[in-house]
Amino acid sequence: MAGAISVHTDSEASKRPRHITESPVVKWLLIGLALAFLGLVVALPLVSVFVEAFRKGAEVYVKALTEPDALSALKLTLLVAVIAVPLNTVFGLAAAWAVSKFSFKGKNFLITLIDLPFAVSPVIAGLVYVLLFGAQGFFGPWLDERGIQIVFALPGIVLATVFVTVPFIARELIPLMQAQGVQEEEAAASLGARGFAIFWRVTLPNIKWGLLYGIILCNARAMGEFGAVSVVSGHIRGQTNTLPLHVEILYNEYQFSASFAVASLLVMLAVATLMVKAIVQWKSSAH
Amino acid sequence: MKGSRKIRVLPGFGLSLGFSIFYISLLVLIPLAAVFIKSFDLTWAQFWSTVSNPRVVASYRISFSTAFWAGAINAVFGLLVAWVLVRYRFPGKGLIDSLVDIPFALPTAVAGIALTTIYAKNGWIGSLLDPLGIKVAYSQSGIIIALVFIGLPFVVRTVQPVLQDLEKEREEAAVMLGAYRLRTFIKVILPELLPALLTGFALSFARGIGEYGSVVFISGNMPLKTEIAPLLIMTKLEQFDYAGATAIAAVMLTISFILLLLINLLQWKMNRRTLSE
Repeated sequence: MAGAISVHTDSEASKRPRHITESPVVKWLLIGLALAFLGLVVALPLVSVFVEAFRKGAEVYVKALTEPDALSALKLTLLVAVIAVPLNTVFGLAAAWAVSKFSFKGKNFLITLIDLPFAVSPVIAGLVYVLLFGAQGFFGPWLDERGIQIVFALPGIVLATVFVTVPFIARELIPLMQAQGVQEEEAAASLGARGFAIFWRVTLPNIKWGLLYGIILCNARAMGEFGAVSVVSGHIRGQTNTLPLHVEILYNEYQFSASFAVASLLVMLAVATLMVKAIVQWKSSAH
Repeated sequence: MKGSRKIRVLPGFGLSLGFSIFYISLLVLIPLAAVFIKSFDLTWAQFWSTVSNPRVVASYRISFSTAFWAGAINAVFGLLVAWVLVRYRFPGKGLIDSLVDIPFALPTAVAGIALTTIYAKNGWIGSLLDPLGIKVAYSQSGIIIALVFIGLPFVVRTVQPVLQDLEKEREEAAVMLGAYRLRTFIKVILPELLPALLTGFALSFARGIGEYGSVVFISGNMPLKTEIAPLLIMTKLEQFDYAGATAIAAVMLTISFILLLLINLLQWKMNRRTLSE
């Protein structure tokens, strides 16, 4: 499902002969309508986050970001991403290698399986781990005897985050590697290169920008995951609270400025992610 | 089976495929199976009484109808945005193109609180609509707005590449045969875009049914009125009614699987069409 994300806008297409395009009036009307829609639905919420965050001044803003609960939420969020993103990167590379370089039965089925987490509600993604590892879960009593806590602790948050972000890197790489084919790798193999050398010297240079964007997007989703983490975190302040959960708690306590201040960090993360995407597209179209 | 015995030149097939299947099974398939296994704890009658409870039925209805309307709005405006981005040149186009991806990269909770603040009675847009008697936040229209935000990139990014690859020749032929622009659009362009548009709609719809983070803030969560199915799962979990939560989840999962299958069929058809041309 995410495979559709990486589209490169082709400026050639906008130069069209006059008889198969619209009159200037219609053209600007359509552009205006599209911009109004995007402004209303997408841009306005972004702006409002910063306006609300600074409503009570820069002091409140800074204080909201530096109080201990916010810092521990930030730390936990970073920690979760540091574990979840590399796992999904390895998976993404392995899955993309298998799917794009070989033909085998059931390939389409495997791609559908990779997409599965996209179609599952984040709340269900959290629920499954409660059912497995929670106190009443299948492995709950066994884990409890050994004093291992998964749900309402770091491992549960990591598992739920991994579940939700499984498809991102794989879906970014598969179309890219499929388009590149196998000739270059086969040539390297016939010249006697070993498996890892082929990947490192031939494949990786070809996919590095797409891989980078996949990792950055996966990271943004991992840091921002709310529904799934909300189910498994237990909302223990200063302990199992991630940044998005901290935003929710502050909001529900009517500390709107503080809530939006923390939210503004996540907005900046999203904007930085899309800037990387723009650079990646610019780099890959330059080649 | 011809071809399946082909010698593979490249290394790592067994390893990469094996690892992928292992990883997906361990982290996704087995956990999801737990939902169905757990729902067998209930007898059929118990299961049925949980999922046919009026509050549960209402939550399904709300989730599906709001996701449907959001998908429909996105199909129209997503097509418009894709059209403008592919066909026209105007200043700031690159920025606008990036803006489309914001819902993809922005955490849903942030979208939720921002939209709620804008559309609340005293918000930027809410205060304009309130004198007209239109209530957006804490109503089903609020849910639809949140889902429009979430689903927009799915439609735009599915339609955009198809629109880009559309051949000029057919449009030219239509013009030569004397068709007006609008007629060309309806008779020539739209049929070509329909599979992509349907896929985009289905993706937006599927995402909308399960969406939680952006909706819980703006919906107001009133049972029977603005309570969505994922929230009800959450509520049941907080009351330690695991069986109840699981029953609701099992129904949602089944529907998601069917949708995913349909989407993949559509995409497969689309790919085959572009290959054969």
